Amino acid sequence: MKITKETIQHVANLARLNLTEQEKEKLTYEMENIISYVDKLNELDTSGIEPTAHVLPVKNVFREDKTKKSFDREKILANAPSQEDGCFKVPKIVE
Amino acid sequence: MEYEIVIGLEVHSELSTKSKIYCTCTTEFGGEVNTHCCPICTGMPGVLPVLNEKVVEYAVKAGLATNCTIAEYSKQDRKNYFYPDLPKAYQTSQYDLPICKNGYIDIEVNGETKRIGLTRIHIEEDAGKLMHDEWDTGSLVDYNRCGVPLIEIVSEPDIRSAEEAKVFLENLKAILQYIDVSDCKMQEGSLRADVNLSVRPKGQKEFGTRTEMKNLNSFRGIIRAIEAETKRQIDEIESGGVIVQETRRWDDNKGISYAMRSKEEAHDYRYFPEPDLVPIVLDKEWIEKIRESLPELPEARKKRYVSEYGLPEYDAGILTSSKALSDFFEDAVSKSSNAKAVSNWIMGDLMRLLKEKNMEAEEIPFSGEYLAKMVALIDKGTISGAIAKKVFDKMFNTGKDPEVIVKEEGLEVVSDEGALVAVVTKILENNPQSVADYKSGKEKAFGFLVGQAMKETKGKASPQIINKILKEELDKM
Repeated sequence: MKITKETIQHVANLARLNLTEQEKEKLTYEMENIISYVDKLNELDTSGIEPTAHVLPVKNVFREDKTKKSFDREKILANAPSQEDGCFKVPKIVE
Repeated sequence: MEYEIVIGLEVHSELSTKSKIYCTCTTEFGGEVNTHCCPICTGMPGVLPVLNEKVVEYAVKAGLATNCTIAEYSKQDRKNYFYPDLPKAYQTSQYDLPICKNGYIDIEVNGETKRIGLTRIHIEEDAGKLMHDEWDTGSLVDYNRCGVPLIEIVSEPDIRSAEEAKVFLENLKAILQYIDVSDCKMQEGSLRADVNLSVRPKGQKEFGTRTEMKNLNSFRGIIRAIEAETKRQIDEIESGGVIVQETRRWDDNKGISYAMRSKEEAHDYRYFPEPDLVPIVLDKEWIEKIRESLPELPEARKKRYVSEYGLPEYDAGILTSSKALSDFFEDAVSKSSNAKAVSNWIMGDLMRLLKEKNMEAEEIPFSGEYLAKMVALIDKGTISGAIAKKVFDKMFNTGKDPEVIVKEEGLEVVSDEGALVAVVTKILENNPQSVADYKSGKEKAFGFLVGQAMKETKGKASPQIINKILKEELDKM
């Protein structure tokens, strides 16, 4: 599969990464190698094989609908780089 | 040119479970910011979500009540996007194997029944709340709502007008309330809709390009948004432009929608199966048990009100539109022999008072039994219709038993003819001019005298008896 610089730019945008031109060149090459390697899997004949939704042979792990005490707000906010009025503060979201 | 509107709706409804979808924090609305949070719902690294079993049950209930096929095998997926209301940077949702598929809801518009298809219903988690300040440098985030369970109900593009969209949403809301899986309080955001809308020249087969409008949380807002977007698209086409497929944000205050910046709506969610949550496998027997446990749904109740109580279809429709109102009617009618009168009082005075006081049917301050009692008081002739209106108002304002109100205020009909003759004689003495007018053939004067007599008895006399006595007394003169 051919990976272009535009694809790398798109993926970087989605992941909120700023890449230099050099990094983009390098990643284009590396990504193409990785994808080609994984592409090998397509050589396998998987007709008649059920798609796997989960690797564990486990189903229906549920909990009862019961509440427990939540965390103290101080603890929840303890790792926040910025906070204000009991809230997490994030860079301004402009619409 | 004549255009046809094509609408599909995506409705998000918060489920009324006690705890969140993947953790034990409460789902309660309100509360101090960030006090209903734990490491799971704030997306801390290394935590493991565990699915709330009630979420599955409620979603299946919703699916069964809307004629869906329930998937015996479904799974959860991660929907990836960056937005600060979502601390994990992905929303746990369902992608290719939703829990319910291929349902429908019947709606009635202008006397015609129409079937609106449902593509799917899936479970997912709600996001937190962002607060913006015009002047401030940052936005504040409250994660209390983050992880509250939602079902997303996706309709087929079968809706053709704002009116149809409204009726569809009303019916859906009523169904969810009847089966008790969501309180559907739009003002608290527990029912919200996104509108996918396109227009096409009437008769054309292909769909036009659609836009998606987000942020709609009132019936009125949805209708206005549909009307505005229809006009915008037609104007654009008529003036030679093309419709761009985009997400638009509706501003209810200004009554217009804006295109959201493309960065905000990166429709590249890179879904993949949620590795932390295992598949949901439901057996047929369990599904059937849930189906049997479903209560009578609004449509069935409506039909029963028409056949069992002989109510007009319109009235039956209004009564069943809200579960609380319908339950109130059921309560009253089970203690009354006059269903028609009970319905009329609800449709008339009760609806008027609720509207005046800006109250919901859930807040009716007296029981159905009291309404049944009041109707019985009228039917037995203990109070007149005019007085009943007063009793009803009083009952609404105080929540008191109507029999007590009637007794306390002495509102029983005066049927003692002797007492009424005295009243009429007095009225005639005090109004010689009206008597003379009547005698000279002016019929109007008679009505005036009746009115005076009713006033004198404070409405407690039966007008028929007053009429009779007045005629007799005037004839004697």
